[in-house]
Amino acid sequence: MSHTLTLTINGREVTREVEPATLLVHFIRDTLRLTGTHVGCDTAQCGACTVHLDGRAVKSCNMLAVQAAGRQVTTIEGVAAADGTMHPMQAAFKSCHGLQCGFCTPGMVMSSIDLVTHHDHGSEHRIREHLEGNFCRCTGYHNIVKAIQVGAKAMGA
Amino acid sequence: MNARQGFIGQPVQRKEDARFLTGRGQYTDDMIQLGQTYAYFLRSPYAHAKIKGVAIEAARAAAGVLGVYTGADFRNIGGLPCGWLITSVDGTPMKEPKHPILCDDKALYVGDAVALVVAETYEQAKDAAQLIEVDYEELVPVADTARAQGAGSALHEAAPDNVCYTWQIGDQAAVDAAVAAAPHVSKLEFRNNRLIPNALEPRAANVVYNPSDESYTLHVANQNPHVERLLMCAFVLGIPEHKLRVVAPDVGGGFGSKIFLYAEETAITWASKHIGRPIKWTSDRSEAFLTDCHGRDHVTTAELATDKDGRFLALRVHTTANLGAYLSTFASSVPTILYATLLAGQYATPKIFCEVIGVFTNTAPVDAYRGAGRPEATYVVERMVETAANDLGIDPAEIRRRNFIQSFPYATPVGLTYDSGDFNALLTRGQALADLPGFAARRAASEARGLKRGIGYSCYIEACGLAPSNIAGALGARAGLFEAGEVRVHPTGKVTVFTGSHSHGQGHETTFAQIVADRLGIPLDDVNIEHGDTAKVLFGMGTYGSRSLAVGGSAIVKAVDKVIAKGKKIAAHLMEAADTDIEFEDGLFKVAGTDKNVPFASIALTAYVPHNYPLDKLEPGLNENAFYDPTNFTYPSGAYLCEVEVDPLTGVVRVERFSAVDDFGNIVNPMIVEGQVHGGLAQGIGQALLEHGQYDAETGQLLTGSFMDYALPRADDLPSFHVETSAGTPCTHNPLGVKGCGEAGAIGSPPAVINAICNALGIRDLAMPATPHTVWQAIQAAAR
Repeated sequence: MSHTLTLTINGREVTREVEPATLLVHFIRDTLRLTGTHVGCDTAQCGACTVHLDGRAVKSCNMLAVQAAGRQVTTIEGVAAADGTMHPMQAAFKSCHGLQCGFCTPGMVMSSIDLVTHHDHGSEHRIREHLEGNFCRCTGYHNIVKAIQVGAKAMGA
Repeated sequence: MNARQGFIGQPVQRKEDARFLTGRGQYTDDMIQLGQTYAYFLRSPYAHAKIKGVAIEAARAAAGVLGVYTGADFRNIGGLPCGWLITSVDGTPMKEPKHPILCDDKALYVGDAVALVVAETYEQAKDAAQLIEVDYEELVPVADTARAQGAGSALHEAAPDNVCYTWQIGDQAAVDAAVAAAPHVSKLEFRNNRLIPNALEPRAANVVYNPSDESYTLHVANQNPHVERLLMCAFVLGIPEHKLRVVAPDVGGGFGSKIFLYAEETAITWASKHIGRPIKWTSDRSEAFLTDCHGRDHVTTAELATDKDGRFLALRVHTTANLGAYLSTFASSVPTILYATLLAGQYATPKIFCEVIGVFTNTAPVDAYRGAGRPEATYVVERMVETAANDLGIDPAEIRRRNFIQSFPYATPVGLTYDSGDFNALLTRGQALADLPGFAARRAASEARGLKRGIGYSCYIEACGLAPSNIAGALGARAGLFEAGEVRVHPTGKVTVFTGSHSHGQGHETTFAQIVADRLGIPLDDVNIEHGDTAKVLFGMGTYGSRSLAVGGSAIVKAVDKVIAKGKKIAAHLMEAADTDIEFEDGLFKVAGTDKNVPFASIALTAYVPHNYPLDKLEPGLNENAFYDPTNFTYPSGAYLCEVEVDPLTGVVRVERFSAVDDFGNIVNPMIVEGQVHGGLAQGIGQALLEHGQYDAETGQLLTGSFMDYALPRADDLPSFHVETSAGTPCTHNPLGVKGCGEAGAIGSPPAVINAICNALGIRDLAMPATPHTVWQAIQAAAR
């Protein structure tokens, strides 16, 4: 039996019918068709599905869509400015070559913004520790760490 | 100076990044077709079992189900082919049992697909699959590489001793004699641990059958869509090649695992005609662990014979290589042609012999994974060199210098001819980058904190740029390994390049555009790279073996040069000069010795709007194809130094410093090249310290089937790297002078890590992966 779910996605309120067992990530991808949020595993390890829920990073594969009722969800599609200018963290990933295949990238960017906004990111060690929940198989993390340092400066944090 | 010029060698930011960073990439699973249906594969829970019956009636009747298929439906359809014929030492061809699309009478590994269910939704397909009753009779599984040969339980009738081939290279008698007579022989027995590739995007496919013209369009996460189409059409399903379009859109990493033709996309392509609707399949990560082709898994004995001064006299190697349950697309070549031919390494070892026994086991197929054979060879060579140095009391750098190949070309005793390199210079620069003079102080500081510190070398060489077709053919390749490129100049002078190489993270859209823009003297934004679609690109052998730039890039250069040659003829006509007097420079066609010139875009317009055109001599249009077949492999080489700190109380190893100096020949985009090295190093360090695909020897169950059991390197497992890729020796036989950089990091790094730990602890050998448990045990054993 489906539920009527209302939430705010990237600043826009939406109401959709959703099955109670539907994960938030599948709601975002399949129902809202925002496919920048990816599914890279089935054990909540890889972080490719990371989105912001009320401004904090969560793994959207690890909660039900209905748990997001009435809340603010931001995906990778919603972090750039309205005129399309990239978020400073997106721009830093580009300038530092912090991505290769691009599959982990949306989750990495969402997690990095959360790190810089809410946590101690003052050392490479802290940054690497925070990235524990996000796998990248391409970059060896070297340029992701650099991107976060550059992005943090650009964010004024 | 023309501001548009000089793109080669510049760290140009990537054209592809904007879409990936804003969530606008288009990966296979992102697509939903009109009328989409979903596939689920029921898989064997047993490693080795007879299938006595499959009851599908209940599943067929379940809600939303559109079709249920089993091995019986595919009995008269070809198996998945292997592209490389290896011949055993007795002259017989390798054993090549059928690799069925769905299991017929036997399941041969945990995860082997037994039935396919197609339904309106994925959940319905999955639920219905649980209603299928399979009558299994369990058989004794064979999961241990070392004990597979003659295990008493055979996977295939055609290979009663589980041996696919016994292959040799080199002069056995001469090597045996040299080893017997040598003043010193260092010997080690070791395993090259099985790895599970784990590209972050799981495999996925989505196929549409169009009844109006009986054609298929298959989107698939794949590294070589033309090869996928060729194999599926010509060897398996018999679909006419012009009726199957294969598109590999944005692909989230491959590392080899997406080269191969797999059962899943083949089965749904076949089923799409029966269902009459699009079918989508996306692997979940658990399926990926079970069914993506794995890598490595060798058991090796190696002996390095030296004189008393550490000069290498002979290398003798015996390897048992696990091929898994069936032969995957390139499986047979990886532990033979791509492995034993690299056993000379950077050294002038005069005599080398290697025997490889390829065995079938009840495990997932094993095939190419980043490096494919060359990491295994490098591990043998660099562990043996380090061990010989220790056994003889010679400095590990010094023993390497005494044995380095000094002049090129150099023909090894195992079939390759290296064209270029400067191994002494690499090692010197590596030592500088690693701050070798400061090591003693760093070691003392570690010891003051109760920790052990060590440094390890690895001087690797690899053969890549696969491959000269005639050499590959002589070695058993059933296909040529050229690459195709097409340069289409539009009337306004904008350029679309079609390449048979496929980018799944490598940044071809940028690197290839740099080459074309540089050569044509036009802005980078005027060049667009198209790849990954058999309907757009003429042909392609795809991306693997660090071949894209060396082979695919060379094909593009050839096509650009044809465009310039034709442009000169048009320019000659326009400026009323002889063809031979036209020069092309900085985007201008010029009459030599005059100030007359015509810009590139004007020539393009003239080619398509031929109001003033030499129609009697030339056809209009400006579109050129080229195929490039290399004359030799390329030989990247490098010197890697790894510095580790080991906690003797816990066995925890930390890589404190990793310095990599690579010779990739000329560099087009250093930013991208360094990124490739970083990623390769992470995978190589992962192999050395963390990753191990393990099957239970008794049951054949995969013990490392999720990210909770298989330790993929995380950010805090790795250091930042010191990488230097400038000042290479150009490749002598391709127009760009490039060698390839995609695999080097994964090839060179594992022995550097293990050598460093052995150095730290003063021990002779250590198994990969060097987990805290393994290291702690080694420390305890050494203390006894």
